[in-house]
This record gives sequence, C-alpha cells and structure tokens, in this order.
Amino acid sequence: MSLEAKTEQQIVIKQSISHPKESKLKDFLSILMLNKAAMVGGIIILFYIFIALFAPLLAPFDPYEIKLENKLLPPSADHWMGTDDKGRDILSRILYGSRLSMGVGFAAVSFGSFFGIIFGLVAGYYGKWVDSIIMRAMDVMLAFPGILLALAIISALGPGLMNVTIAVGAFSVPLFARIVRGSTLEVKRLEYIDAIRSLGANDMTIIFKHIFPNILSPIIVQGTLRLATAILSAAGLSFLGLGAQPPSPEWGTMLSNGRDFLFSAPYIALFPGLAISILVLGFNIFGDGLRDAFDPRMKK
Amino acid sequence: MKMTENNKPILEVKGLKTHFFTKRGVSKAVDGIDFTLQKGETLGIVGESGCGKSMTSLSILRLIPSPPGKIAGGQVLYKGKDLVTMSEDEMRKIRGNEISMIFQEPMTSLNPVIPVGEQIAEALRLHQKMGRKAAWDRAVEMLKLVGIPSPEKRAKQEPFQLSGGMRQRVMIAMALACKPEVLIADEPTTALDVTIQAQILALIKDLQTKLGMGVIMITHDLGVVAETCDNVAVMYAGNIIEYASTEQIFSNPKHPYTQGLLDSLPKIYEDQEELRTIEGSVPSPYNMPSGCRFASRCPFQQPICYQQQPELMEQNDGVKVRCWMYTDQWTGQVEKQEAVK
Amino acid sequence: MLMFIFRRLIQTIPVVIGVTFVVFFIMQLVPGDPAVLLAGEGASKETIAGIREQLGLNRPLFVQYFDYLINIFQGDFGLSLKNSQPVLDEILVRLPITMELAFFSIIITIVLGMAAGIISAIKPYSLTDTSVMLVALFGISLPSFWFGLMLMYFFSVKLQILPVAGWDSILHVILPALTLGAGGAAIVARMTRSSMLEVIRQDYIRTARAKGLRERVIVYKHALRNALIPVITVVGLQFGALLGGTVLVESIFAINGLGRMIVDAIRMRDLPMVQGGVLFASMIFVIVNLFVDVFYRFFNKRIELN
Repeated sequence: MSLEAKTEQQIVIKQSISHPKESKLKDFLSILMLNKAAMVGGIIILFYIFIALFAPLLAPFDPYEIKLENKLLPPSADHWMGTDDKGRDILSRILYGSRLSMGVGFAAVSFGSFFGIIFGLVAGYYGKWVDSIIMRAMDVMLAFPGILLALAIISALGPGLMNVTIAVGAFSVPLFARIVRGSTLEVKRLEYIDAIRSLGANDMTIIFKHIFPNILSPIIVQGTLRLATAILSAAGLSFLGLGAQPPSPEWGTMLSNGRDFLFSAPYIALFPGLAISILVLGFNIFGDGLRDAFDPRMKK
Repeated sequence: MKMTENNKPILEVKGLKTHFFTKRGVSKAVDGIDFTLQKGETLGIVGESGCGKSMTSLSILRLIPSPPGKIAGGQVLYKGKDLVTMSEDEMRKIRGNEISMIFQEPMTSLNPVIPVGEQIAEALRLHQKMGRKAAWDRAVEMLKLVGIPSPEKRAKQEPFQLSGGMRQRVMIAMALACKPEVLIADEPTTALDVTIQAQILALIKDLQTKLGMGVIMITHDLGVVAETCDNVAVMYAGNIIEYASTEQIFSNPKHPYTQGLLDSLPKIYEDQEELRTIEGSVPSPYNMPSGCRFASRCPFQQPICYQQQPELMEQNDGVKVRCWMYTDQWTGQVEKQEAVK
Repeated sequence: MLMFIFRRLIQTIPVVIGVTFVVFFIMQLVPGDPAVLLAGEGASKETIAGIREQLGLNRPLFVQYFDYLINIFQGDFGLSLKNSQPVLDEILVRLPITMELAFFSIIITIVLGMAAGIISAIKPYSLTDTSVMLVALFGISLPSFWFGLMLMYFFSVKLQILPVAGWDSILHVILPALTLGAGGAAIVARMTRSSMLEVIRQDYIRTARAKGLRERVIVYKHALRNALIPVITVVGLQFGALLGGTVLVESIFAINGLGRMIVDAIRMRDLPMVQGGVLFASMIFVIVNLFVDVFYRFFNKRIELN
C-alpha cells in the first residue's frame, strides 16, 4: 500500500469523525451506491419485503386450501413450483410464508438488539462492576453452542412461533451487547463527551442523545447480519417441529414436510429452502456492503 | 563529482519512472530520474518523506506493490543488463543475491514466526546452493560478523526475542549473506536509538570496505549523508533536483531546495536565532505543476519557473542541478548572484 | 504460559457455574407445576404432594439450585422422565457419536475452508477469487437442514452412491459431516482470505520478496503461518455453531447422537434429558474454547510481543 493511499484513508476517517451527521450519511450513501454487492443485497431484501406485503395479491392460489386431487403435482404452468402432498400450491405458500419468516426474523432481532443495546450501553458507559457483571452474564450466554440456548428456552416455553422468536432473540442479545459495549467505550473516550458532561448533562442524556447516535453504524451492520442468522435459526427450529406448526406455510415447516417426499417429490423441499437461502444471502451481502460503507478501514 | 576507481558503473538508472494508477488518478511517485553507482561508492538519496526516494529503491528491485504501482519507463542497468525488462525468474536471482536491501522498519521487517537464523539461511540455500548445515553455519557466521553476541543461540530465536537494534543487525546480516554487489539501505537507522544508529552506520561502512560493494543510502537525514556518502542525489517531488559530491552539496548547495534543506539543519558553529524552514508544501503527486515543482516554495521564483520544468543540467564544476537559475534563460540577476554566493 | 493456562482455567469456573444457573432457571420458566405434570392427569392431591416432597420442589429455588449443582458435580444429571433411566447414561451412549460427527465436520471446515481461502488470496480479485468467495457467501447463507436434504437427494436418491441415513460405516459419515462442516468452511474461507491479504501487505513479506524467494515459498512459508493464527479463533467459534448444528443434522440423517436426543427429549417434554444434553454440549464447547485460547496464545505470543 502506498503512503498516499494511507493518508487518504486517514483523511476519510478524520472527516467522518468531525462531521458526525450530515456528511457521514451522504458519504455513506454514496459509498453504498458504489458498492454493487450491497445494491444487489438491498434489491433482494426489497423484493422479499414486496412479496410479503402483497402476498395475497401475488399468490395464484389459497395457501391453505387442501385439494387432494391435485396432490404432489410437479412444477407446471399452473403450479410453478408444484403442489405438496395435500394439493396446496407451493408457490402460494412460499409467498405467504415470507411474512412469517421475515416477521420472526425482524421481531427476534428487534427483541435481541433492544436488550443487547441497553446492556451494552450500560456496561460500556458505567464500566467497573456493572460492566463486569453484565459482560460475564453475556459470556455465559455465549457459552451455549449455537442454537442450543434457543432450544433450551423452547423446551421450557413450549413450541410455537412466538416462543421461537423469543428464543432466537435471546440468543442474539450477547452479540449486540458486546459490539455496543466496545463502541460505547470508544465514543466515551472522545473529548466532546467530557465537554457535554461538564456542561451538566445527566447520564441518560449522554447515553441516549450523544453516545447512541454515534454507535448506530456497527449496530445496523450487526443487525443486518443477525437478521440472516435469525431467519436461518427460526426456520431450523420450525424444521425440527418446534416453531410454526402445520399447516402454517412457514418455510422451515414446509421443508420438514417436504423431507418425507424427498424421493418422490423433491421440489416440495427444494423451493422453500431456496426461498430461505436467497433471502439470507440478501441480508448477508447487504450486511457486508454496509460494513464496507461504514468503515473505510475495512475496505479492500 | 567524485568518481571512484574505475568508471564503469555497477548500477545505472536512466529516466526511471514509477507511477501509481489509482482511482484518484495517476500518482507520479518517481518521475524520470537518472543516477549511477560505482563499485565501492556510497550514493545518498535524500529528500522529505513522499519525495519518491523509497519508491526509487523499491523500483530498482521491482518490489513496487503492483497493482496499482508500475514502472512506467526508463532503465535500471545492472552490469549492463536492464532489470526493468528482465524476466521475473532472472530478477529473482538478482534479488538478495547481487542486489540486497535493508528496510527502515526492523520491528516489522522480519517474519515473526521464523527463527532469524533460518531467515538468513534460506537465502543462502536458494542463491548459493548451499546445503542446510552449511547455510546455517554461514548464517551464524553472518550474525557474528554484524556483531551479535552468542550468535549460535540468537540464530535459533525468533524476532520477538531480539531488540530493535539487534533486529536491524539481523536485517543487515540477511542482506549481506550472499555478498551482494549493491546494497540499498532504506532509512536503515531511522527507527533506532541515536547510539545504535551510529553503530549500525559504522557497521555498514565497515562491511562495505570489506566486501567492496556499492551502497545506496536512502535517508532524510543529512547527518547520515555527511557521515557515509561519497555522492548525493537530492530528490524533490519525484525528481532529482541536485546531484553532486557530498562536499559540494554541503559547501556549495546550488538548488534553492538544497539550500533550504541545509539551512534547516541546526549549525553548531554559528549563532542562530531560529531554525529556518521551507514554507509551503510539496505538490500533490496526482497533480504535478507543469513548471518547476519547487517554484511555489522558492524564494527566487520567476515567471519562467512556472512555465516550464528545468532539466537536470551539469555545471562546470560537475554538479548537476535542475534549476532555471543556472541557465541562460534566467532573468533575475541579483538573486542568482546571491544564490551562487 | 503455564500461568496463562491456569488463569484461563480459573476464568472458566464462573462460566461453567453460570451455564448451570441459566439451564436451571430456564427450566423454571416451564408453565404449570412440574409435580402436576409428572404425576400425570387425574392424579390425586396426595400423589402430587408426594412427588413434590420427593423431588424437593417445595423448597426455596436457591436451595433447589444448589442441590442441582452439587448433583451435577457428582455426575448425577437426574432421571429421564421417559424411562426413569439416569440421564448421564443416555448421554454417554450418544456423546461418542456426536463427537465423531463433530470431528469429521470440523476437519471439513478447517481443510476446505483454509484451502479455499488460500486459493482466493493467492490471486486476489481474480476470477478464481471472485468465484470462490461467491460460493463462500452462498455457503454461509444456506440453511444446513436444506443443504443436507439436497445432498441426500442428489447422492443417495439420484446417484445412489451414498447411504440415505444411519450411522454404520464411514460412508454414512460423509454427507452429515459435509452438511455440518460446509457453513463453517465458508466462514473459515472468508477469514483465511482476509487474513492472508492482510499478511501479504506486511513488511516481512516485502523482505522475503527482496531476498529473491519464489512466490510459492513466500505464500506457504512466510505468509501462511502468520495468516492462520487469527483463523484459529474463528475455528473455535465455529465449533460451537457446529455443536448446535448437530441438532439439525442428526435429525435429518437419523443419527442417534446427542443433538437428536435433545430434540426428541423436547418433543417428549423430558426436561431433565434436555437439561443434561444442553449442559453437556455447553461444557464441551467451554473446554474446546479453552483449548483454542491456549493454542492461539501459544502461536500469537511472538506476534503480540512484536
């Protein structure tokens, strides 16, 4: 890397610190526009949101209506993705299912980020024993491998989409808490926070009006990437029969059903899985792009 | 200019241009420079950071990070062969073997996970076709030569177990292991303590006499130049603006920039109210002015300086200088006399 | 170094206790009275009270927790509600199977991931690099349960070269291990690549070039060793995701491991079994993390001190 390029980066970083709001947003948007991958990710997400909003208008059939005379039809002009063992149109079910998958994803991440952000802010801002207690608790939550914490929670609360949302949300609390705490520590060190404090601002004002807006970017990046994982986890739990229950058109549930017909009608399992993969891919690409856009140091 | 022994240069750089092609445009880091190096000579290349001196040294060994960097023109003749157009395989045989380099960051220039002895020995095995044992023994011998105590033990250690000065000695041992004809030392002492600086310079000087190699000493420190160099090329914004023997540079600097550089040095024997600095800043390498690159900072500037870039021209005393003051086109008489002094 | 291992061991204790605490209290979230549940429908008040007395459910929660903790440290994970057998016995039967699956999966994660990352990093921004990274991006986005089913369809149903399910021979291991290891491999590949690109920019790589070494030697001898150090941490984290993933993969491929045991226990509402399984898996993860940290520290020491 040339010296020139280094100084250039430093300038970018300096600028983004000195003008926290406007120019940062503008910079961010322009970098995001340049990042083709992020654009692709964003378009995929918008496409799914569009489908979720207009599922009733887009779906050619009733997703719940059982027509046994139509069962296990392979993809055709009538049924683009075929029909399942009860003669329901898979395309229509997938379109409706987008509401469930994204709904659960957004709800779980909102829930998880809400608590994670509060824990992280409090731990980072107050430090000392408050920090120790909160962060050790977060370490404990992270000591559960993968979705096992979510499984334990569901085993207690019982199956169901609502409980899956809580379980998946709980599982992302420590991840948000860690990131928020780290960023809070960084922002807290900035001189202007001292200046505001010396002007007599109380802790709440400092935390929510001055620190929080400054740490939004890592939260948004993490939130986007967590959405991808949350959707995957929730679908996985439904696949195990612990989330949405049949006849719900939730994608994981549909996949679980399709598994019984893997030999005779593989398309029943193929399409819901494809729907999940592409949506998750969208969030992952978008999250990667956001990270590049927010953090010039991370750029190639 | 001072010439050493024979007149056939070991290294000859002609019109070398190294440019960086970035999104912001083309950065002309090295923009047409010429110099020669004789066997046994020490040539200093001085200038501020960013003037292109490090890029020059990296260009000689073709170590420019590419992309975005590229040698855009010129020749680097080593014993008459052009390194610029040579195949990568041939070039590799030159690197570390016939032309070696010492970098300015001893702390980061050694591989942290490989014992230092091995880092020296691998070059010997590669270039000198030595066996494992022979290469290792020679590596230990080199460590001893550069003054590292208990070299057998040190050779087995990893860089983190060595101090900065010790690491720079390892770098030197590594560079000299294959007895190169040319050594390029890029700010070899900048990162070191003052006391160790002197030791390292003395060591390089000493080994140079022993091995008879040509040394290119890249530095921003005129003190280092005065101590070690026979000739000096002063670089500014990608060009050489003055090229002369060390005595001439110090006793009678011609280019206003060189004069400024020397004025900014603290002088022991003169009373000085304050150190003088050169005002203004170096032009952006992305957007070089069409005239003299120093014009905007030059105390003697004339209209012509902004119109056309002067050539590096040899004067009667052998000094080469890139300045309109020393040409017939010069109009500002008074300043010239003062400048020539 | 020994000091570090010791300190790290001490730090693990509160985490282990914390995990038991969380598992215990999650179970208190169960709606309804466990004694009523245990006694079954239509049980008399006396029976319920008897069960409550017997299990110590009438005592304060903290006392119950300490009993639980002490029992665990004595190897008593309680009895299964399904067949009244000790939970630990069942776990010890299931554990080796899951560990075997996890072992092969992590090998796939490491080997496939690092190889892909290196291939990408050698020629960054080339067609190979872009394609490998695109595949990796798909890899982290695929639901393992779907990927597993698709592999099963392709290799077992269509090509019929691999068994559909079960756990009898080495052939049975291939698909589940691939399913479980693929996601981690994708993450390791991305990490390896970025770590390699970071290392390639370092001064000591320039030194190696200046020595005239061949590109191959520079990549494999000088760059790779340094680049893989941060990847160790990622592999450790992936092991956790992988352990969690056994729940899904064992269900798909009908493997009677710990993961499937937990899922079946949840379906049967066999809470002691769920508790035991989750606790055991978490302990394994804690231990693996300990090893990874020590390992990382061992390799990173020289870099830190640099």
